[in-house]
Amino acid sequence: MAMLRQPGPRNAIPLMLLMLVGFAAPLLAVIGFSLVPARSFSLWQMPTLENYAGVFSGTNYISFVYSLVFAALTVIVLAVVCYPVALGLVRVFGKWSMFMSLLFTIPLFVSENVRLYGWVLFFIKNGVLLGTLKTIGIEPESWLFTQSIILFGMVYVYLPFMLFPMTLGISMVPKETRDAAFDLGATRWQVFREVDLPLSMPGITIGFLLSFVLAVGAIAEAKVLGGQRIIPVTHDIEIAFTYAQNWPMGSALSVLLMLVVGVLVLVVLRRFDLDTILGKK
Amino acid sequence: MTRSQSTIHGPILELRKLTRTFGALTAVNAIDLDIAEGEFFTIVGPSGSGKTTMLRMLAGMEQATSGDILLRGKRINDVPANRRPTCMVFQSLALFPHRTVGQNIEFPMKIRGVDPAKRKERALQLMRQLRLPENYYGKNVTKCSGGERQRVALARALAYDPEILFFDEPLSAIDYKLRKTLERELKDIHRETGKTFVYITHSLEEAMVMSDRIGVMQAGRLIQVGTPNQIYSTPTNRFVSEFIGDVNVIPVHIGPNGKLISDDFAAEFSVPKIPVGFTGGHLVVRPEFVRFLGSGDASENRLTGRVYNEYALGSRIQYQVRVGEAVFIVEKLRQQAYTGGLDDEVAIGWSGADSILVSD
Repeated sequence: MAMLRQPGPRNAIPLMLLMLVGFAAPLLAVIGFSLVPARSFSLWQMPTLENYAGVFSGTNYISFVYSLVFAALTVIVLAVVCYPVALGLVRVFGKWSMFMSLLFTIPLFVSENVRLYGWVLFFIKNGVLLGTLKTIGIEPESWLFTQSIILFGMVYVYLPFMLFPMTLGISMVPKETRDAAFDLGATRWQVFREVDLPLSMPGITIGFLLSFVLAVGAIAEAKVLGGQRIIPVTHDIEIAFTYAQNWPMGSALSVLLMLVVGVLVLVVLRRFDLDTILGKK
Repeated sequence: MTRSQSTIHGPILELRKLTRTFGALTAVNAIDLDIAEGEFFTIVGPSGSGKTTMLRMLAGMEQATSGDILLRGKRINDVPANRRPTCMVFQSLALFPHRTVGQNIEFPMKIRGVDPAKRKERALQLMRQLRLPENYYGKNVTKCSGGERQRVALARALAYDPEILFFDEPLSAIDYKLRKTLERELKDIHRETGKTFVYITHSLEEAMVMSDRIGVMQAGRLIQVGTPNQIYSTPTNRFVSEFIGDVNVIPVHIGPNGKLISDDFAAEFSVPKIPVGFTGGHLVVRPEFVRFLGSGDASENRLTGRVYNEYALGSRIQYQVRVGEAVFIVEKLRQQAYTGGLDDEVAIGWSGADSILVSD
C-alpha cells in the first residue's frame, strides 16, 4: 500500500485501530443485532426487520415519543432561562463571561444521580421544603413523581450545556456593531432582532443541539425524580438489554434513536459552517 | 485661507463646558467648542487624550458628566443615539457581517420603514457615488476588501441621511497608500454632500489633508483650535508643535541680557519679539526653515556643527546635524540637497521670524 509509506497515515494507524475496535465495532454490532430475530444472541442469522416493526406495533414507540417531547421541552425551557442569564453574564462580566459560565459546570463534578437524590431530599414529604412548610402549618402535596418535576430535573441537569455555548455566542457579538445599529436609528428591540439574535445564533444553535442530544438520552431524571411516571426510550433500551434479555429489540431502539439524533444534527449543522463560527474568534 | 465655512453659517454643534469623568479620571475636561455647519472638523490627539470619549458623547453613546451639547441651539444631552440626526463611522467599521453590502447600506432605511424598491434605488445610488461596483449589492460584506468595507460603512452612514457624520479613526488600520486615497475620497464626499463631518484621528498629518479646522486634544483638554495652517505655523505649545512630524524643540530661558539662551547648544537665539512675562520655554524651529550657510552668508541665528547622517524622505532629504552633543534636524528639497560630505563642518541658520516661542 503506497499510502502507508507516507508518515501521516502510517502514524495514524494506532489511533485508527483504536477507533475501529472501540468505536466502529460496537456500533456495527448494535446495527447487526437490530437485524436478527428477537431474543436471539447470534449475529450470524438471516437479517430481518421484525424488531423495527415491533417498535411501532408494540408500546415502545410511546417511550420514544416521551423522550423526544421531553427533550424538546427541556430545550425550550432552557432557551428561555439561559438567554437572559447569558446576556447578563456577557454584559456584566465582559471578557470574563466565558469563565463565569464555566463555573456553572462545577456541579458536573458531582454524579448526576447524587445531585438528583439531593432534589429528592429537598422535595420529598417531610424533606427540606415540605418539612419546613409543615412547621408553619402548610402541608401541600409533594411535587415529586410528577411529569413536571422530570422536566425540572432535566432543565437543571442540562443547563450548563445550553448556557456555555449561548454565552459564547452572545459574547461574539461585537459591542460596536450593536452601537452602530442603535446609532443608525434602531430601537433596543430592533438592535436585538437585527444584530444580537442573528449574530449569536451559532452559539444558540450549538446550545440547542447539545442539550437536545443529551436530553434525548436522559434516563435518571424520570427514574429518580419522576418515580417512573414516564418511561423514556433509554429506559426501554436498558430493560431490553437486561431484564428482557432481548438484545435485538434494544439494538433496534438504539439505532432508531441514533438515526433521529444523527439526522437532526446533520440538518442543523449543514446550515452553519462550523469553521467560520469557531474560526472567527 | 482654506475653504472654511464657519464665516458663512452659524454653528450646528456647540459644546459648553462638556465634561466626562470616569472615577478619578477626567477623560474630557470642560471643553468649549463651536462646530460650523458644513465644516470638516478634526479632533487630533494621542490615544488616551479623551477624543473618542468626546466623540461618543456627541454621538449619544456616552453620557456627559456635566456641560451641554447643543444641536442648532437645542440641548441634546438626553437624546439617545438612535434619535439624534447624527451618525458614526466606527474604527472597526462595525458592519453587519451577516448581511450583504446592499443590506448593510439599506439598514437605516429599513429601520425607518422606507419601502424596499426606494431603499434599493438609494443604496445603488450611494454605491455609485462611493465607487462600489453595482454587482457588489448582493455580495457578503465580509468578502469585501478593507477599502471596499470602508466605503460600505460610509455609504451606510450616508443612507441614514444624518446632519452630522462622526468618524472614529476609520482609516487607522489601513495601509499607507490606500489611506492616502481614501483621505482624498472622504474630502471629496464631504464636498459633494455638504454635510458636517467631525473626524477624530491621532495623525495630525491625516487631519491636515482633510480638515477645514483642527482641534488638538491633550489629556482631556482642547488646547488649540485653528485651521491647518494656523496649527502648523503658530502652535500654542510644545505639545502641538511636536505633534506635526519632526521638529527642533530647543529648551531656552531668558538670560541677564534679555536674550534667549540655550544651554544645550551653548548659544543665544533671537526672535522678533519675546512676549511680556516670558521667562523660559522652548524655541520651535521647523527643519525646512533651516538653511545651510555659506562662508559669507549672514543669518540671524547661527549654529556650527557636523553633518552626522542623512535620510531620504521622498521629495525631501533630512539631515542630522550634531552640534556638540545636541542634535539638530534640517530638511531640504531634493533639488537643493546638501552637497558636502558626512562629518564636514557646516554652519546652519534660520530667520527668527520662522521660529516659534512656546512658554511650556
